[in-house]
Amino acid sequence: MIKQKGFIMGLVILLMVFIVNKAFCGTSIIIKGSTTVLPICQKIAEEFMKIQPDTNLSVSGGGSGNGIKAIIDNTCDIAMSSRFIKSKETALACEKNILPVPHRIAIDCIVPVVHPENKVTDITMEELKKIYTGKIKNWKELGGIDKKIVIVSRDTSSGTYELWHEKVLKKERVIPSALLQASNGTVAQAVSKNKYAIGYIGIGYINKDLKALKVNGVTATVDTAMNGMYPISRPLFLFTNGWPEGKSASFINFIISPKGQGLVKGGGFVPLF
Amino acid sequence: MKNKGISKRQVKEKIISSAFLLIAFISITVLFLIMLFLFKEGLPVFKVVSLKEFLLGKLWYPTDDYPDFGIFPMIAGTLSVTFFASCLAVPFGIMGAIYLAEIASNRVREWLKPVFELLAAIPSVVIGFIGMVVIAPVMQNIFDIPTGLNMLNASFMLALMAVPTITSIAEDAINAVPQELKDASLALGATRWETILKVVLPASLSGIITAVILGMSRVIGETMVVLMVAGGAAIVPSALFDPVRPMTASIAAEMGEAPFHGEHYYALFAIGIILFIFTFIFNLIADYVSYKYKQVI
Repeated sequence: MIKQKGFIMGLVILLMVFIVNKAFCGTSIIIKGSTTVLPICQKIAEEFMKIQPDTNLSVSGGGSGNGIKAIIDNTCDIAMSSRFIKSKETALACEKNILPVPHRIAIDCIVPVVHPENKVTDITMEELKKIYTGKIKNWKELGGIDKKIVIVSRDTSSGTYELWHEKVLKKERVIPSALLQASNGTVAQAVSKNKYAIGYIGIGYINKDLKALKVNGVTATVDTAMNGMYPISRPLFLFTNGWPEGKSASFINFIISPKGQGLVKGGGFVPLF
Repeated sequence: MKNKGISKRQVKEKIISSAFLLIAFISITVLFLIMLFLFKEGLPVFKVVSLKEFLLGKLWYPTDDYPDFGIFPMIAGTLSVTFFASCLAVPFGIMGAIYLAEIASNRVREWLKPVFELLAAIPSVVIGFIGMVVIAPVMQNIFDIPTGLNMLNASFMLALMAVPTITSIAEDAINAVPQELKDASLALGATRWETILKVVLPASLSGIITAVILGMSRVIGETMVVLMVAGGAAIVPSALFDPVRPMTASIAAEMGEAPFHGEHYYALFAIGIILFIFTFIFNLIADYVSYKYKQVI
């Protein structure tokens, strides 16, 4: 027991030395913004710091609006955003002599899923909205069996929910009796164990225990997400002030590189190529 | 010479006792700072929403353009899950303690006690996973209900976690009852059952109640299990099979991505304050009970 404590103490001290070390030498890049892009950037930042150990990356959330605001106020080096910059924001940036440059890094694509035994294969955006706002309550109304629909949704602060809320619900509220899960993985788990459930997950999380529904007749694939045919998808951006230089440039180049795009895919998003 | 030796020892004694005082003081300071931080980060939400709306509001939509911060369904979720988990865990825990302390033979106790302690050592995420993957589908099939992720399942899993806590503390309390009391009772012609019921249990009542309350505080504060198993619907439950969203689950699910120092962030800390007040009251009751029914032997 005592030995173990000593070991833990040692680890803590080592970690502290490591952190202090990091904080005082090397250049640092501050990345802020969208919670949807956050997991991609965190994963890529980890890998990037392995390749370039003298770089210190600080990645934090706060939402797309906050990220773009931080670029305009010059309080961060790279802003993450799940939407394009608005004209109001561009005007504000010009006033402050700042030139926000967009870099498309991935595509976010959310797919409604049901249990493989469910007979329903096709659904419209309107039907999805009605299900999630509680207007359609039974699978019978969609041509399925006479059972109550179990709605699985995500916690309201996730980026996945944000996209669903915007594109499917058109900013209306999810019915309070929906089951809320904290991650793509747990939604997949909950739906694969429940014959009457419907949920939504990032395209990278679909597995053989789930059936992905066609939306408005379009199957969600990397191709349909990229050419805009599939309705529940959007590009994800990074913004920099001016064309990036130095460490920021090599970070963005790393995301666009095949290795970086592999990590994007591993995180459940659609890579650019 | 002799005097000097004593004073040296006294100095040593002083140093050691002040070192212990310092350590005790550090933990009190840390606790106090945590409290201070909790209130500092939680109270600003009441600029946006009144205390009454916060506590009694039935809608929780923290990220909408016009957000609603009503945590009543979560308070109801926490209380109901705790109540049902206690209903299951308290009888089992106390009976287990009585069996271990009074009835089991030495050989049985020798291997049963470590097993109980092992149960306490299972990480909560494992218990949550079992509830989600094993219990939920079974429950759904047997009762033909919409989902197995519900209040009853969560209560089962939480009871599983509370039983070892209750048993081990209650067993200590029962063991502390002096042998003379039991001998006297048996000598007066009482049966073993009567002795347990009328002598041992009343004599160890304060310890047993403390055990129950500590078990319940563990249930109230437990996060991972309810996050995975309780279903997460922010509704006031009206049936055993309704999904619920206890306060801890909300904090854990949403804190990671709530914008720093935003309304949502403050609201989550305010939920933390409410939770803190709950466990504080529980501990006060435990303290009061163990003081009032002190074992006077």
